[in-house]
Amino acid sequence: MLKIKNLTAGVDDKNILNNINLNINSGEFHVIMGTNGTGKSTLGNILAGKDNYNVHSGDIVYKDKSIINLSPDERAHEGIFMSFQYPVSIPGVNTMHFLRTAVNSIRKSKKQDEIEPGDFIKLFKEKLELIGLKSEFSKRSVNDGFSGGEKKRFEIIQMLLLNPDLIILDETDSGLDIDAIRIVSNGINAFRNKNKSFILITHYNRILNYLKPDFIHVMLNGTIVKSGGRELAVELEEKGYEWIK
Amino acid sequence: MNKSTKQQIEDITSSEYQYGFTTKIQEERIPNGLNEEIIKTISAIKNEPDWLLEWRLKAFQRWLKMSEPKWSNLKYPKIDFQDLCYYSAPKQKKKLNSLDEVDPELIKTYNKLGIPLNEQKMLSGVAVDAVFDSVSVATTFKETLKKAGVIFCSFSEAVQNHPDLIKKYLGTVVPISDNYYAALNSAVFSDGSFVYIPKGTKCPMELSTYFRINAANTGQFERTLIVADEGAYVSYLEGCTAPMRDENQLHAAVVELVTLDNAEIKYSTVQNWYPGDKDGKGGIYNFVTKRGLCKGYKSKISWTQIETGSSLTWKYPSCVLKGDNSIGEFYSVALSNNFQQADTGTKMIHIGNNTKSTIISKGISAGNGQQTYRGEVKVMKNAINARNRSECDSILIGSKSGAHTFPYLDIRNSSAKIEHEATTSKIGEEQLFYCNQRGIDTEDAIALIINGFCKSVFKKLPMEFAVEAQKLMEVSLEGSVG
Ligand SMILES: Nc1ncnc2c1ncn2[C@@H]1O[C@H](COP(=O)(O)OP(=O)(O)OP(=O)(O)O)[C@@H](O)[C@H]1O
Ligand SMILES: [Mg+2]
Repeated sequence: MLKIKNLTAGVDDKNILNNINLNINSGEFHVIMGTNGTGKSTLGNILAGKDNYNVHSGDIVYKDKSIINLSPDERAHEGIFMSFQYPVSIPGVNTMHFLRTAVNSIRKSKKQDEIEPGDFIKLFKEKLELIGLKSEFSKRSVNDGFSGGEKKRFEIIQMLLLNPDLIILDETDSGLDIDAIRIVSNGINAFRNKNKSFILITHYNRILNYLKPDFIHVMLNGTIVKSGGRELAVELEEKGYEWIK
Repeated sequence: MNKSTKQQIEDITSSEYQYGFTTKIQEERIPNGLNEEIIKTISAIKNEPDWLLEWRLKAFQRWLKMSEPKWSNLKYPKIDFQDLCYYSAPKQKKKLNSLDEVDPELIKTYNKLGIPLNEQKMLSGVAVDAVFDSVSVATTFKETLKKAGVIFCSFSEAVQNHPDLIKKYLGTVVPISDNYYAALNSAVFSDGSFVYIPKGTKCPMELSTYFRINAANTGQFERTLIVADEGAYVSYLEGCTAPMRDENQLHAAVVELVTLDNAEIKYSTVQNWYPGDKDGKGGIYNFVTKRGLCKGYKSKISWTQIETGSSLTWKYPSCVLKGDNSIGEFYSVALSNNFQQADTGTKMIHIGNNTKSTIISKGISAGNGQQTYRGEVKVMKNAINARNRSECDSILIGSKSGAHTFPYLDIRNSSAKIEHEATTSKIGEEQLFYCNQRGIDTEDAIALIINGFCKSVFKKLPMEFAVEAQKLMEVSLEGSVG
């Protein structure tokens, strides 16, 4: 699904990521942990194609094609989705209208017809309920005035509606209350299948108890310094990052 | 088909004739230039009473002593006022046989705006067939209005049929010497609309719908007067979202509104004059004076405007809050793209006690567009408990556009409460990336974000136009990012 090869990238000529290598097969669930400011979100942004980051060397191969020259919307059309660490608000833009536009843009890229408005409303309300947001959210503006946890839930609702293949979850658990972590995890687990791959960025072990990932990677100073299985996260929780350095 | 139906179709499809010009006058040519003779000729053609001719001449004398305002932020080549023609009888446009004969670019725009086929035909001058149902609609309108006692006619007609009302109100809101362009308009105005809503009457329909069907025949120097008598209400919509081309580059209209005790006028404008090509060539210069007088107790005037056209816009719809407890509102969205320049804003003048005004202005600049907002809030010495809330937000798209905000406050009574908020932001990269990440391309994302930005103003428009205005923004923003 995704092959990151010797990726060195950053802002202007400054490197934030140094020689990252990562292989993710279909159906796998990977976790990236690491200290603050180490480049985890930067990696997510670069995978999603954010404009102000530059790839200095190396390549990103997704579904057997290099994507480093694709725009963010083209990557989204190809099935890449990122749940943001800090989702921005877009005042005055209705959540339902926004998502319907997004869904239709993706459908259009696949030469599919637009979704019937009535069908979409039903689907949207269904997902709102599943992830535990009141149906009033269909009348609000995107992330505008949402609480921290509501924003994270709304990101997951978007994931469910857009039905992507490669999902980057940047600290989706931060800001969620204990029940919400369970609800959101259940939503993610129900969505998983052998054709979908995940990269979860997190600082905490708690959500991993629900998500049962396949691999844990530790990123320090913009590079992956250690990889392992589920037990690595437990070890990190006990000992912190010092011992790896 | 019976005769009266046929007549109605004629009335509608050749609205140029409805103001009663004769063939003879059509052939008449007035030389370029502006002097007393020209004004006398115009007045004579229109068969005006002496007092109106004198009024025009007085305006002309004042105009001669005035000079073009230089204080705005607009840049344009000097206009030679002696090289313009001040009266040309409306020409009968050549009728086309089908939409196939219309410039395909125009049709594309109409379709993007979602303008129904029949209206497209009206707008582009294609002969319409007899089944066009606006015929019956328009007739029903006229009857309904008549029953309610509402007067709604061209200004020239009103001068002939309701001279007392015209004499009583003309120039009482915008005096002839108000400003350079108003003086010019007063001297040479060609035609326009007149509305009178009698006491206690709620106008039974939005006067907008009528206009759409008649594809309002705007002239170069248009004059509009709307009077709402005690307890009356009317919602009036001017313009349309379809792009309007005009061979006259200079437009200087005057609009006067008067509300008596407990009356309300809601005046909405959706203006989409041809803004010129990508380099700004050929666009319309629009210098408009719009003012409402809340004359009576608890009367209310609100201006809502969506401005996306013109290469140059100079426009400040204002409210004079004379009656106690009167209310003035101004809601505006102005967009400048390419080389468009807009200098707009409002004036709220608080004279009566407990008067209240609200200003919400949204300015959008894209490409090389320049936006200036000028808002004046004036509270007179004897106006007790005046309230004003102003909110002026600008948003910039790209790095070559500009926004300038000039709020003027002149508060002479200490009981006044004035709140002013202003923001300027660049369209957020984070917002764009967020939309892109969800699969929405940049052009659609900008339209989405801008429509969100304007929502509080769009909400004030009559329903059907809110939707069109939204589409209009999208079309106007096309190509604003590389
Ligand atoms: N656009 C940018 N311009 C300048 N510096 C940047 C930019 N983006 C990221 N950085 C810097 O790169 C480093 C990595 O940032 P990043 O957001 O990827 O960290 P992170 O690992 O996600 O941290 P956290 O755990 O706190 O979320 C930080 O020092 C950050 O300040
Ligand atoms: Mg981060």
